[in-house]
Amino acid sequence: MTTTMTPPHRSATAGARRGAERGGWRRGRAPRRGRGPSRRKEALWGYAFIAPTGLGIAVFYLWPVLQTAYFSLTEWGAFGGHTWTGLDNYRRLSSDPEVGRALVNTLTYTGLGLLSIPLAIGFAVLLNRKGMRFVGFYRTLFFLPVVTMPVAIAMVWRWLYNGDYGLINYLLSLIGIDGPNWVADPATALYALVVVGVWSSVGYNLIIFLAGLQAIPKEYYEAAAIDGAGPFRQFFSVTLPLLSPTAFFVSVVSVIGSLQLFDLVYVMAGSGAGARANPAFPRLETVVQLFYDRAFVTNDRGYAAAIVMMLLLVIVVLTAVQFRFQKRWVHYA
Amino acid sequence: MRKNLGVHTILIAAALAMVAPFCWQIVTSLKSLSNATKVPPSLLPEGRWDNYGKVFDVLPFGHQFLNTVLMAGLRTIGQVLFCSMAAYAFARLRFPGRNVLFGILLSVLMVPPQLFIIPQYQIISSLGWLNSLQALVVPGLFSAFGVFLLRQFFLGLPKELEEAAAIDGAGPVRIYWSIVLPLARPGLVALALLVLLWSWNDLFWPLVVNTDPGKMTLSAGLASLQGQFQTDYPVLMAGSLLASLPIIAVFTVLQRQFIQGIATSGIKG
Repeated sequence: MTTTMTPPHRSATAGARRGAERGGWRRGRAPRRGRGPSRRKEALWGYAFIAPTGLGIAVFYLWPVLQTAYFSLTEWGAFGGHTWTGLDNYRRLSSDPEVGRALVNTLTYTGLGLLSIPLAIGFAVLLNRKGMRFVGFYRTLFFLPVVTMPVAIAMVWRWLYNGDYGLINYLLSLIGIDGPNWVADPATALYALVVVGVWSSVGYNLIIFLAGLQAIPKEYYEAAAIDGAGPFRQFFSVTLPLLSPTAFFVSVVSVIGSLQLFDLVYVMAGSGAGARANPAFPRLETVVQLFYDRAFVTNDRGYAAAIVMMLLLVIVVLTAVQFRFQKRWVHYA
Repeated sequence: MRKNLGVHTILIAAALAMVAPFCWQIVTSLKSLSNATKVPPSLLPEGRWDNYGKVFDVLPFGHQFLNTVLMAGLRTIGQVLFCSMAAYAFARLRFPGRNVLFGILLSVLMVPPQLFIIPQYQIISSLGWLNSLQALVVPGLFSAFGVFLLRQFFLGLPKELEEAAAIDGAGPVRIYWSIVLPLARPGLVALALLVLLWSWNDLFWPLVVNTDPGKMTLSAGLASLQGQFQTDYPVLMAGSLLASLPIIAVFTVLQRQFIQGIATSGIKG
């Protein structure tokens, strides 16, 4: 019985030996028929344990993905029936100026939203300084926007951005600037949105970078200090390279998240039907918002399915590009 | 403190930028509409607490609050239970097809959620569940992310206790319930907090399935309020504050566990 008490095997050969001894199978190899009832029982329990999630995922997630792919090749009638139209939706998509605009808006928002990363790194480095006090206090404040309902955040900012009564334009007027109508002005709307996006994501990224910083061994800094490196040199030669895997991860996750922007813009543009009255709407509409509109307002679900298939493609491509270029700047210690 | 004076100046400025919108929200929520739309604005609140009462007049706020609590609560309980079961099987039990099934699960994790929505809506609609609590809860009971997160956590737990229990004749159910779950508490709490937060703040799905105001969640209800022609900003600010306060309170208290959750799921996931 002592064999079962040994720590989990580390090398493949030890694993194989152990597996052979016990007549079982290893991970990654085709399962052998179990010897004795206990092996079969274990397998049955395995299926039983994954059954609820497995069925739920199959019905509500796996099958829907396939269905959406299929729907993107159909056109929906007014009463819910749909007919096969092949690639028509994709042809329509490629020449639809609204899709083009939504894509440009979304990509611009995503690109500018990455500003959150250097900001979060900066604040994390400041908070991580030796002998820093009130870290928990600052962290809590940075954290507030992360847990606040996006709808509420969008409302507060819409009010702050209000052209006539907003606090921001009042503060600008104190220094003699006549502020624009922010989210209702095509020239500023998208940038106003980016500010809110960055403001609400800095705290989340800050937490991840703080964890990344705390994982850097102190010895590296001691060695750098002995070699005469000052704080700036230490930041660029020790902190940044060792933080780059974390930054890479945050960048991948942020891009995927930003490409799916909906809540903030749904409310800030003026909620649903009201949004179309906003003169800046063409500069605010995102891909997911367009999807919402086609799928659940105009009930053009085949086309809506094609729009999200395009979104999937954009996400896959941008993620792949980031993985491709990570060698240029990510250092794995 | 003196040594880090410059650093604190920067951080205080940034922290102010983080908090100022919330302060303005509170100040506005305590003003009358005519005072809120005065130029120049007054920076001080009045004592117009009746704005908070008005939230309950313009929205079925009590119902929406309850809907949100039930949706977030039931999704959280469901996911913690179902995901931990599946995660235990994937981490510890051996059964044919385990790796293939786990691979399929991971592939679901990578698909943006908008791809699920139209067919999910069709299912809910064909079951006659539109405008119901089931519509809000049922698809959210299952999560590939939750299984992945907890499996990673379970793999990091020491096996010795489980092996000892197996020798004593405990079956998988007993081991899962009496050994793995208690040991995995930090992981379960982290998942629960994430699900709670996402569900409470979710907009797209509730907006789509429940269009009857009495069946809406707070997110969707507030968003619908703003779409109306006249915008009463003080009441909007009061409503959005009431809607976000419960979750802010939970997370201020449980900050440490939540941060641990983000840090581990973030870096390992």
